[in-house]
Amino acid sequence: MKRREFLKLSAMLGAGAATPALMTGCASPRLPGSGQVEASPIVCNVCFWRCAGTVYKEDGQPWKVEGNPEDLHSLGRFCTRGSGGLGMYRDPDRLRQPMLRVTENGQQTFKPVSWEEALDFIASRMSNIAETHGEDRLCLLSHGVGGTHFRRLLGAFGSTGFAQPSFAQCRGPRDVGFALTFGEGVGSPDRTDMENSRCIVLIGSHLGENLHNSQVQTWIKAVENRATVITVDPRFSVAAGKSRYWLPIRPGTDMALLLAWIHVLIHEGLYDQDYIARYATGLEQLAEHVLPFSPEWAFLETGISADVIRETAREMARHAPATLVHPGRHVTWYGDDTQRSRAIAILNALLGSWGREGGYFIPERVSLPSYPVPEAPEPRTDWMAEVQKDYPLAPAGITNVVIENSIGDDAFFKGWFVYGTNLPYSVPSSADQIQAAAQSLDLMVVVDTMPCAITGYADVVLPECTYLERLDPIRNSPERQPALAVSFPAFEPRYDSKPAWWIAKQIAERLDLGAYFPWEDYAEEVDWQLQQVGSSLEEMRQLGVKSFPRTTAKFFEPGEAVEFRTPSGRIELYSEMLASFGHDPLPKYAPPRRPPERYFHLSYGRAPAHTFGRTINNPTLFELMPENAVWVNPLVARDFALSSGDYVRLRNQDGVVSNRVRVRVTERIRPDSVFIVHGFGQKDPRLRLASQRGADDNHLMTRVLIDPIMGGTGMRGNFVTLVPEEQLA
Amino acid sequence: MKVYAMVIDTNLCIGCGDCVVACKTENKLPAGLNRDWVVEATRGRYPDLTTEFRSERCNHCTHATCVHACPTGATYTWQNSNIVLVEPSKCTGCKACIAACPYDARLIMTPDGYIDKCTFCHHRVEKGQDPACVSACPTHCMHFGLLSDAQSTVSRLLATRPHKALLEETGNEPQVYYLT
Amino acid sequence: MLEEVLVTVRDNPGIDPSLSVWHWEIPAYLFLGGLTAGILLFASLIVLLGREKDFPFVSRRLPIWAFVALSLGMLALFLDLSHKFYVWRFYTTFQVSSPMSWGSWILLLVYPVIILLTACTLREGYPALGRLVDRFRAGHAGINFACRHRVLVAQWGLILAVFLGFYTGILLSAFSARPFWNTGFLAPLFLVSGMSAAAALVLLGTRSEHERHMFTRIDIVLIAIKLSLIALLLVNLATGSRVQIEASQMVFGGEFAIPFWVFLVIPGLMIPLILEYWELKGTRRAWMLVSPVLVLYGSYMLRQLTVDMGQASSYISYVNAFDPALLELLR
Ligand SMILES: Nc1nc2c(c(=O)[nH]1)N[C@H]1C(S)=C(S)[C@@H](COP(=O)(O)OP(=O)(O)OC[C@H]3O[C@@H](n4cnc5c(=O)[nH]c(N)nc54)[C@H](O)[C@@H]3O)O[C@H]1N2
Ligand SMILES: Nc1nc2c(c(=O)[nH]1)N[C@H]1C(S)=C(S)[C@@H](COP(=O)(O)OP(=O)(O)OC[C@H]3O[C@@H](n4cnc5c(=O)[nH]c(N)nc54)[C@H](O)[C@@H]3O)O[C@H]1N2
Ligand code: SF4
Ligand code: SF4
Ligand code: SF4
Ligand code: SF4
Ligand code: SF4
Ligand SMILES: [Mo]
Repeated sequence: MKRREFLKLSAMLGAGAATPALMTGCASPRLPGSGQVEASPIVCNVCFWRCAGTVYKEDGQPWKVEGNPEDLHSLGRFCTRGSGGLGMYRDPDRLRQPMLRVTENGQQTFKPVSWEEALDFIASRMSNIAETHGEDRLCLLSHGVGGTHFRRLLGAFGSTGFAQPSFAQCRGPRDVGFALTFGEGVGSPDRTDMENSRCIVLIGSHLGENLHNSQVQTWIKAVENRATVITVDPRFSVAAGKSRYWLPIRPGTDMALLLAWIHVLIHEGLYDQDYIARYATGLEQLAEHVLPFSPEWAFLETGISADVIRETAREMARHAPATLVHPGRHVTWYGDDTQRSRAIAILNALLGSWGREGGYFIPERVSLPSYPVPEAPEPRTDWMAEVQKDYPLAPAGITNVVIENSIGDDAFFKGWFVYGTNLPYSVPSSADQIQAAAQSLDLMVVVDTMPCAITGYADVVLPECTYLERLDPIRNSPERQPALAVSFPAFEPRYDSKPAWWIAKQIAERLDLGAYFPWEDYAEEVDWQLQQVGSSLEEMRQLGVKSFPRTTAKFFEPGEAVEFRTPSGRIELYSEMLASFGHDPLPKYAPPRRPPERYFHLSYGRAPAHTFGRTINNPTLFELMPENAVWVNPLVARDFALSSGDYVRLRNQDGVVSNRVRVRVTERIRPDSVFIVHGFGQKDPRLRLASQRGADDNHLMTRVLIDPIMGGTGMRGNFVTLVPEEQLA
Repeated sequence: MKVYAMVIDTNLCIGCGDCVVACKTENKLPAGLNRDWVVEATRGRYPDLTTEFRSERCNHCTHATCVHACPTGATYTWQNSNIVLVEPSKCTGCKACIAACPYDARLIMTPDGYIDKCTFCHHRVEKGQDPACVSACPTHCMHFGLLSDAQSTVSRLLATRPHKALLEETGNEPQVYYLT
Repeated sequence: MLEEVLVTVRDNPGIDPSLSVWHWEIPAYLFLGGLTAGILLFASLIVLLGREKDFPFVSRRLPIWAFVALSLGMLALFLDLSHKFYVWRFYTTFQVSSPMSWGSWILLLVYPVIILLTACTLREGYPALGRLVDRFRAGHAGINFACRHRVLVAQWGLILAVFLGFYTGILLSAFSARPFWNTGFLAPLFLVSGMSAAAALVLLGTRSEHERHMFTRIDIVLIAIKLSLIALLLVNLATGSRVQIEASQMVFGGEFAIPFWVFLVIPGLMIPLILEYWELKGTRRAWMLVSPVLVLYGSYMLRQLTVDMGQASSYISYVNAFDPALLELLR
């Protein structure tokens, strides 16, 4: 019998019997990896840690992703999300073609259009903006590598407006606080030397749930080496579970604890006297300042017993300088964030851990020339001076301030490019403002891979292909060891999606700015750059990652004279700079607001299976964690007559109600707080998996505590109560 | 007989589920089916708590009740070892092995209907590699090797560290160990 | 306080949240298998005791029902398989440690015995069918052969009946992984229950007053034994390991309490016991057909609930932290 007839017959048989797939199991399935396997180097883009690894295909089908053993970001292993990265490519809900906002029968909708039409539209709107308002009125809101191309495009056009949520909603306060103290920020990847630490202090940092890859790996190495871990968190985080000390702090009172620790270190003479004498200024002022902040005082604020505060401070001192007081990463909490980061920086200075093994190393990157393109025109205005004048100490764009300055006829910004950031879910309670901005902007372009909320505000939506389908800019990150990594496309772009470089180049050409993208294929630029440092695209296709020798020391030499990039050239415990701008030169504590009766601190964080909202619709990762749950203490559950698995809604102090969310009753949280994982509660029905799954913390953050120094959005001043489902009906 | 074992350090496991993703992708499992999973066990009352994470899967029992229950020999042990596998072309889908496994570690393959389970990634072990979950785990808390070799990492870990296995009272002699 | 949750989602169909790999098919198979054993046992005994005259229904008409029951049972078993085309794999091997393998071979042995036992009853019991078979030369010879070896066949029948009846219980009780099944009382219980079901069948079919009377008495004894075995089984579990104690609790609370008492013990055991007792006393003849029907129902229900409760009982105590039903969106 010919094979085809046999198959037909068996299909008929199958149709008659109970299970149609009866015959498919005839041959044992082939073992994985026994087919034609192809490998290709990748830099993971599921979060911003950017681990280098390898994508495998088998028989032409996507198979798996693994870490590159030569890579310091991944240390040879990808995290949960990175391992599930192929889901970003597979996701059937991806944006498929460019779309233009049109009005049909008085109704606004999106119309699928050709790239040609979409790009022409953008170029003409840009020219209009230049004519009517000036060519400096565009802003790029971006989070992700592809943003570079649009930055070049807008720079060439005359606009330097640029903001990323990773500043004002994330690391801004810490980088400013550390820069004020040490003359430079922590940067990314964080320059923490955890694998050599003997003592690690985590203030909120929920490593293990926060899955920044090598960060977690080096931390767990320290745990394995029995380093003392001290975790300060209102929740029994995964990290708390691995810690010798868990300090279940009353939310918002970390500053009191930090001041008390400083108090103990100074007044018990436990700080690194040589280091401070050699490198720092302002000890006297600091010592006097912290005099009242005894552990006994801090106990009343934080709920942490004075004994524990003393004991932990001594423990830190015992292991110094191999004691790392972790700088945290997402630190926009209570509006006093730059100051809290200052306190953390000061604590590290007292322990002598900055520039020391087991504390903070000095990172180095490869000096990689940029591709020669014409110099961008001098922008007509200094947009920062114009728009961010209230925050002269902010070294970067403040997303929320940019949004505010895009609303209304006299607003500074007239056009946005939004690349890879889902603003309504990332900037607290910003949906209305973004709506208003969208109304008054002359152009809003959103470049995204998924139909996320932000695309709904756009005039033009451009589908980018995923990181698995494009060549990205060379990764050249400040690290222990300088190294380059290149991400090659493993697959052809699906649907009608295009890489950022192509999109930017196409727009540039329509505006006569083609000279800024003087190649046919971005690969030429990457190859040129690599050639300059003795490598090539071809070599990198083999290696994925290439290390270069260090040219500077990783740590301070004993007794070395160090020039810090602060005004005084020394570590500034006391900040004249802050004083001169009218801020407190030394960190002060102000008690946080307490939740009203039957309300709870709204706490939020990460889960290992997801990166914000960008992975919720990823079928592989959805499978691991399809929704979030609200953590409540059993005492609270009893009050509200709830048990695990029930659904509730959260209502905040201003009456904003969340989507329904599953309850998890657990001892792992303080009775005055509830916790949800950020990124859930998406509403767009085009996200067929993510839509309506769990609650979104962002919309509940109607009370935003602005950091007066750098303009960041403190998100932890919000309170919620629980509304059982039946009470809503 | 060669005894392969997995030794997982619960002090280092962070419950990230990377082992689960790695298994799904390596072994191309259909959506919604799992050969491994992660359990979080929290003991105590706030604020005196401990949390234990356990990455669980088939225990490749040396007294494998599933093997004993299988009427066709479809469930068998691989190459004179304790690695328990299922041969789809012998499997009737009678599900006796499922009922026989106290760990509920087996699954029904969709759409075909034969029984599937963790294979200890014997296709990788054969090539001298660790199972996919072990080699993906970002905390390096999973170890794999021969218990019948006293020099192996797993043997040494069990010799020097306090440990437990799951449901030892069933007499199944599970070969996935948890360092505690 | 212990909180044990799955932080990844587990929803393997049929396995999670608790086993539901076996639905009505296996209970039906166990019931029909038990009934077959009961029939075979009675039919063989009557032959061996030489009491054919006193028990006309059992000796002439009953055996064929074993054939019907067993065939339906095997059909149910087949329907249960999720990889059906490989059913023949049962018969390319014999796995000593596998009760199911034993079972499939026992069935294969039981079949010819039943056929032979039935063949000899055809001419008298089912004359039309007998004539039909007689028309074929092989059929004719077959019946003669069966009748000639009637006693030998009955001897085999008796042995296999006991095996088969026990086997239906052992099949489950051998699963040490399922605490509710893991007790020595299941095998005798299922054997007795199979006999009781066969007795009920006799009561439904017989026209002979004597036969009815005798089988009512037999059935009363069997039901009483069943009740005591159930009691012993529960005591056995309740005094066992942690998981067995938990398993025994299922009949006293939770989702199985009502089915167990209201749908099994009362209508399937107590009521027929009372009815049959009354019948023996000669008071309530009008209810004659009700009690055997209830006994058959009870026999089936016993298996159904045993299978369900066994699957619900387990060693596993963790639960999903997230709603596993959401995975449906992916399937
Ligand atoms: N899996 C995963 N990992 C990620 C990310 C992701 O999306 N997914 N995102 C990455 C990014 S961009 C960032 S910035 C980092 C963020 O990660 P981290 O910097 O570690 O985040 P935290 O702000 O520390 O927030 C989380 C913790 O703060 C605790 N917390 C709440 N209120 C208080 C308080 O008042 N005081 C103290 N001490 N603790 C409090 C919460 O209980 C929670 O455990 O994670 C990175 N890693
Ligand atoms: N309420 C609340 N707000 C927060 C936080 C919080 O914990 N709670 N965390 C804050 C922190 S720490 C940070 S760093 C920010 C992060 O904020 P965002 O970077 O805005 O984070 P996402 O929500 O993941 O948005 C990413 C967007 O990029 C798209 N995208 C993904 N891959 C690609 C790609 O390859 N190309 C393009 N063009 N687009 C892509 C996704 O589809 C999604 O729309 O959020 C901050 N905001
Ligand atoms: S940490 Fe994980 S998600 Fe982020 S880049 Fe690395 S592998 Fe990818
Ligand atoms: S991958 Fe490793 S750390 Fe993560 S859950 Fe699995 S065993 Fe634990
Ligand atoms: S865990 Fe279950 S499936 Fe695995 S060998 Fe043991 S009994 Fe068999
Ligand atoms: S389902 Fe398959 S593997 Fe399991 S016992 Fe039956 S035949 Fe054996
Ligand atoms: S050993 Fe292989 S099959 Fe088993 S859980 Fe790990 S990855 Fe999956
Ligand atoms: Mo962040």
